[in-house]
Parts: sequence; C-alpha cells; structure tokens
Amino acid sequence: MNGDSPVPALGPEPTRFLLAVDNVSLSFGGVKAIRGVSFDIRKGEVLALIGPNGAGKTSMLNCINGFYRPQEGHITYKGERRMRMRPYEAASRGIARTFQNVALFQGLSALDNIMVGRNLKMKRGFAWQALRLGPALREEVEHRALVEKIIDFLEIQAIRKALAGTLPYGLQKRVELARALAMEPELLLLDEPMAGMNLEEKEDMCRFILDVNKQFGTTIALIEHDMGVVMDLSDRVIVLDYGRKIAEGTPDEVKRDRLVVDAYLGVAH
Amino acid sequence: MTAEPPRERLDTFPRLVLHHAAERGRNIAMRHKDLGLWQAWSWSELASNMRGYAAGLSLIGVRRGEAVAIIGSNRPKLYWTFLAVQALGAVPVPMYADAIADELGYVLDDAGCVVAVVEDQEQVDKVLSLKARTPKLRHLLFDEPKGLSDYDPAFLTSIDKTIEAGRARLATDPKFAVAIETSIASGKGEGISVMLYTSGTTGRPKGVTIASARAIAAAASTVAFDKLTDRDLALSYLPLAWVGDHYLNFAQSMVAGFCIACPESAETVQQDLKEIGPSFYFAPPRVFENLLTRITIRMQDAARLQRWLFEAFMAVARRYGEAILDGKKVPLRARLLYGLGTLLVYAPLKNALGFSNIRIAYTAGEAIGPELFSFYRSLGLNLKQLYGQTEAFLYVTCQSDGKIEADAVGAPAPDVDIRIAENGEVQFRSPGMFVSYHKLPEKTAEAMTPDGYVKTGDAGFFNASGQLKIIDRAKDVGRLESDALFAPKYIENKLKFFPNIKEAVAFGNGRKFVACMLNIDFSAVGAWAERRNIVYGSYKELAAHPEVYDMLAGHVAEVNKTLSAEPELCDAQIARFLILPKELDADEGELTRTQKVRRGFIAERYAPLLRALYDGSRTAQIAIEITFEDGRKGELSGRVAIREAQVFPASKREKAA
Repeated sequence: MNGDSPVPALGPEPTRFLLAVDNVSLSFGGVKAIRGVSFDIRKGEVLALIGPNGAGKTSMLNCINGFYRPQEGHITYKGERRMRMRPYEAASRGIARTFQNVALFQGLSALDNIMVGRNLKMKRGFAWQALRLGPALREEVEHRALVEKIIDFLEIQAIRKALAGTLPYGLQKRVELARALAMEPELLLLDEPMAGMNLEEKEDMCRFILDVNKQFGTTIALIEHDMGVVMDLSDRVIVLDYGRKIAEGTPDEVKRDRLVVDAYLGVAH
Repeated sequence: MTAEPPRERLDTFPRLVLHHAAERGRNIAMRHKDLGLWQAWSWSELASNMRGYAAGLSLIGVRRGEAVAIIGSNRPKLYWTFLAVQALGAVPVPMYADAIADELGYVLDDAGCVVAVVEDQEQVDKVLSLKARTPKLRHLLFDEPKGLSDYDPAFLTSIDKTIEAGRARLATDPKFAVAIETSIASGKGEGISVMLYTSGTTGRPKGVTIASARAIAAAASTVAFDKLTDRDLALSYLPLAWVGDHYLNFAQSMVAGFCIACPESAETVQQDLKEIGPSFYFAPPRVFENLLTRITIRMQDAARLQRWLFEAFMAVARRYGEAILDGKKVPLRARLLYGLGTLLVYAPLKNALGFSNIRIAYTAGEAIGPELFSFYRSLGLNLKQLYGQTEAFLYVTCQSDGKIEADAVGAPAPDVDIRIAENGEVQFRSPGMFVSYHKLPEKTAEAMTPDGYVKTGDAGFFNASGQLKIIDRAKDVGRLESDALFAPKYIENKLKFFPNIKEAVAFGNGRKFVACMLNIDFSAVGAWAERRNIVYGSYKELAAHPEVYDMLAGHVAEVNKTLSAEPELCDAQIARFLILPKELDADEGELTRTQKVRRGFIAERYAPLLRALYDGSRTAQIAIEITFEDGRKGELSGRVAIREAQVFPASKREKAA
C-alpha cells in the first residue's frame, strides 16, 4: 500500500467524539423501536452495538446515516448538531455503511460495484463521465487506482471481473466492504459483517476490519451477534434491548453485566 | 554504466543482466501485475536495481559464499534477490513457499542462511517462529509490507528500503561503488549460482548445488534448441524453489533476454495467462487435465449450436490436427476444414485458455495420457515432453518440434550424454549437471558413477525412433523367470489410461509371466452398464459380470499389443488377469495416501487370488475382512474369475508408431 492510505488524515476537530447520539427515539406507528438512547462514537475506535433480535440495532444505524428520521433527539456529527441528515449528505460527509443482507448491484462486476463507491467523489458531471473523455477519463483512472489499492487490501484480485451476483456470500460481503471503503469514510457502519460466514471467512473479515481501523484510522461502528467476534474486535460495546440502552462499556465489563446476561438469556417477565 | 563484459565472460547471471542492459536496455525484462496493472521493468532498470540491491545486501552484511534464503511466490523482487545475492558471490537458496515452518527450519539451518528474503507477513511469521533453530539468521527482508507495521524493524527491513539504502551509498561512496562493480566483474563461473533443495519424498531434503557457468551453458543449449529469443515471453507461476521455474523461466530468460511475467496472485494465474499471452509455457499434466475438465463442463452447458460446432470440429482436429502441426501431408479438404475450425473453434478456445501466442509448450513430471496430450496438440498447441531432474539442472531429454510421441520423453537434450546401465537405469552427463549435494559428500558419491555419470534412479530404454521411455523407478523394475524386463508401473499406467480401469496391480518379478489385478472405475463402468441394460446390484456384482470381464479383456489385449511393439518389453505381456471384487482403498492400506498401489501389501492381503493367478485355476475363493467407513468390520467373500489374456507375438521393430 506504499503507506499512503485512501483515507485522508482527519482535520483538527473540536471534540474527540466523532458522533454523538443524544436522547434519540424512533417509532413506527405505535411500535417504539428506539427509546431515548444516548451514546457517542469516539474517534478511531471500534464500537459494537449488540442486543437481541428487534432491540433496535439496525434502526440505530439507519438513524445515524439518515435513513430513518428520529422523532426525538439529536445526532451530532463532527460537531454539527441536527435532527436528521439525508443519506446522501451522510455519505458525502464521510459515513459509509454495509448492509445486513448484502446490497450489491448483482449484474455489475465486483470492480464496478466498488467504483460506485467512488461516484460521490467524481467531480465531472454525468455527461462527461458517459463520454469518458479527457478530464473525466483522467479522473476515472485516478479513482480506479485507489480502488485497486482497496482490492489489493481485501485480497479480491481474482474476482475483480466476476459479476457480483455470481459470487459466494462471503465474497459478496467483502466486495460490499470494499465499496464502503472506496468512499474513504471517516465513520464506517457495518451491519452484521460476518453473518452467514464460515469460521475461516469470519477470521479473514475480522482481520480486515482491524486493519481498516488501524491502517486507515477509520472509526467503525458495527452490529454483530457472534460474541467471540465482538469481544475480539471492539474497544467498547453498547447493549440495546427493546429499544433501550441497557449497558455500555468495555467488552469485559459488558460481559459481566447482570442486565446484559438477562437480556441475552431471558428472564421471566 | 560500466562497459559490457566480454562475451566469453558471460558465465554469471549478474553479468548477463549487464550484458542485456547494454544490448537491449529498453526491452522489458520483467513484468508483474500489481494493483490491476502490468508493471514493467526494463533490462537497464533491472541492472540498476540489481546493483542497488546488491549494495544494500552488502550493507546488512551479506558476504561472499554465504547463503540467502528466498521464500515466496513468483514476484520480481524475489527474482532480483537471486541476482543481487549472486552479484555479491553469495548463494541464493529458494524454498517452497507452502512448506510448513518445521521443513523451512531444516532447510534454513542446513543451508546455513544468514539472511532470508520473503514475500509477506505469512512467511515472516514462519521464519520468526524458527528463530531459536536458526542462530545464523541475522536479518529478514520482505517484499509485501501489508500487516508488518508492528514488527521489530531492527531485524526486519523491506526489500525496497534495502535497495534505496544501497543506492544512496553507491551514489555517495565511490569506493564502495567500485567494490560492488568489482564483485560483479570478478564472479566466477565455477562458483555456485544457486542451491535447489529436492522435495525430499525419500528422507530429508538435499541441497543440490548448481555452478553458474554450467547453468548458463545448459540454458544456452536449450534456448538455441527451442529458438528462444528476446521477443519471447513466459509467465512464471511455478514454485520458485523448483528447478523447472528456475531453469525454464529465470535461467532461460537471462540467457535469451526475454521477459518473464509474474502473476498477480496464485488465484489469478488463469486470467493473467490470458492477458499476457506467453509464447513459452510449461505445465505439469495435472494442469492440462484440469483445463480439459473445465472445457468439457463448459461445453456441456453451452448452447446446442456451439456444442455441435465444438464436437464437429474437434473430430476434424482429432483426425488431422496433429499431422498439420507436425508439418505432415494431409488432403487439401482436411486442411480447409481445419482452417475453418481454427477460425470458429480452436483459436477462440486457445484464446480463452491464454494459449494464443504459445510457440513452445512443455509438460513433464508424470506420464501424460495420450488422449489428453493429443487434445491440446490437435488444437495446434505445440506441446512437447521433456524429462529432467534437479541434479541435471532440468533437461535430460526433450522432444524436438514435429517429433512428438505421447508415451516417450524425447531424444537426449542438446549436449547431454545418456546411457542405459546394466540394470536398466538411465544415467547421464549434461552441461548443467549438479556439483554436489550440500554437505553430503557420501550421498553425492552414491548418486554418481565412478566415470562421472549421474544416476537418475529411473529405469528406461530408447525406443525405435531414438526417444527415451521412462518405465519405472529402477528399484521397482524386475525380471521374469525368463529374464525378460518387467516394469510394473509402466504396465499399470498403460492400463489406467483406460477410463474403465481405476487401478491396476501388476505382478511378475521372478515369476513365469505377468499377471494383473484390476479395479473397475465404478462410475465409468456403471454408466456403460446402464447404457447396455446390464443389471447389477453392487460394485462386487458389476465387477464380476462376464461382459465387464469381456470389455476389460479387450483393454488388456490392447495393452499387450502396444507392449508387443516394444522390443524391450514385448516378453512381459499380461498373461492372466482378474477383477478385484472391491475398490482398493487407502484407508485399508492398499494404496498410499497419494494413491499409489502398495504392491507388496496387496500381494499378502489377496494371497489366494495371487496364488490362483499363477497356478492356472479358472476361479478363486476369497474372504477378507473389510472396514466400513463408520468403523464397522465386515467380511467380503466370493468367487473371483480369472481370465487368460490375449498375447501378441513380438513385432520387433516394424510397428513402432
């Protein structure tokens, strides 16, 4: 990688929090998905969101990247406080994500899928890009060079030209991560990056996530069910249950927490 | 740039690099696909990198005569390592990248490596885990920095940094620069240019030392033989530590001045092959077999028209393709049809395989099935066979263009002197012949005859057209009572080329005649039986079916017929055979884990059958204990029929086609 990462160094920031969630509530009709949750994501950390099914983890990610609009509360990103951010804005301001059930363009090659991640960074308009002339071509070459570094980083050279839809699940997940990385995000949201993977694929993915965090300094918030993975990967863990935050702390602290054990093992109601 | 060394002194690889840098400095010497692009280095860049690298290695203390390990896949910087190490008069020792740490530890220690140059973190970790066992190892260099940022920099440097440091010193310290130039200029042809470890299937690996001038002489002779020039191109994807890669790609490229291209990764070789379109290619038979299987599967899924085209034109190719390739006379109509086939089928197929530009392709290592061999040749691929070994620095025999036989490995390679010893063993003297086994004078003496020939350990003979045929390991070759030569593996291989025969075990050493036990291939024979409405309830029933016996009797007769055409082996035709009622199985010790038959064990286990083969009975009773996969034991018993095989009169030298 020759040392120069695809992620630019962070500029001077007023706070060591990259993002703060402040008393956020979200409901769908009568269903309260998130109830008054607050936490923050610190710059450079790997934060895990865990909790039983329906605890509101994915909804929380969706609020963060502007997919859902919370009815109450605020989200402060890079020192700027707002009720909601549109997904487009979130993306252009450095928030990238992957999805629980892979959301690639099935009919495009792995390479084209990853190039899509660069699209926001392209300066030339649609017409220029369609013509692939002069400045647009030069620009595409630059972006391609960066994408190739990501391909090298995630070791997916062999499937560069393969159609995304024909790839095995584990590789699709990796292509999706590549696409998110292509955005050079400051905050990377990963929704169950290891779901449905075998042990070897999980180990690979863990290594990639740690490398992204360490080499590019990318802040990562991830949802994961595999507790072994969570304990190995994350600096801090937030536990949600029925839309509420029930615990927060280092993996070890959380593991010993009474409420967390109850939420996972179940108690008589 | 220093003056070019005189031609007669081109007997070290570093001097060859300087020679090419002067002759064809702007030609591409190496390519590597990296970050999606084919990166290129010209001969002058290569020369400059070699100098800088040699200087860098000298700065970390590599001295004349010391050994430097090279571990990794085919990457330009690892090839430069050979050159930089040689430039200092030190000895490069390539090692297999997939070797486990323990094996590496043995070789690192045995060769006494002071520096190891490795590809990536995986290899770094392996070598670091061996620190206690390799006290001589002073330094570790790596190519790929990924994942290595937290490692101790005192012991670990990148190749790039080493070259940079060397360059910087060369630029500022003229005395040092002169010392490096002198080191290159004073390298000796009789010096060791590389140490290649044999794979060690029997006992510990042995380090085979190759002298620089001999290596270059050998490469020069085959470069001339195959008319390789600086316009050729090879994809180097075979293990660096294997003599085949070091000779065919590295040494031949250094002599002829052609470019070697390194694939992006092991998984992308097939795509890289297609992109780069090499003109010189080597692959073991297994690779050709896998490719054919893939083609067959893809064709089964193709549309009907394409399938029809493929089948129709492959029939044409089978009939005329090889004759056209060998420049023989064929009817005009056939030539036109073949031309049309090239347009519609052969050329697109070769393109898909990355074979479009191949002028010369070799295969070696094991016997290649005649049909497999013909398939590629009929497409117009100039596929030839060679026979060689590490001790010869590869070539012992090879086939020249147009003189190709599927079951022979060619005439002696240029300047190679071959003789067949009393016991049938092939012995040779060759230009590239090894100097010795490292630190093993007694083993070196064992491998040589008193008059300076190398013993290959293989038994063989020259056929009517003067090509060598390897029949077996010399120690496995026996004689019948009549003193006729008996080569069990040779006969077994011939039988196994029939898809219906899965395994064959030949007996005959010290006996009156040759007898065989056969295993049917259940899926092939099963499908055949289905087509003929033959009813069977089990493997055992199918194996005992008279029609199956008839079919296999036909195969045995064909094998005998080909044996009858070979004067050396015509007296050892198969006289009697039987079909075993069960499949030979590695779990029961009948095969080795690498699927080789264990003849002695089988002879004991099936003793009643073996007795019956030789006492003339028509059937034999067998009862053996078998172990099922779940560990239960059972008994297999039954009558096994024994057949007489059709034997052909020896047709001495007439029909040697």
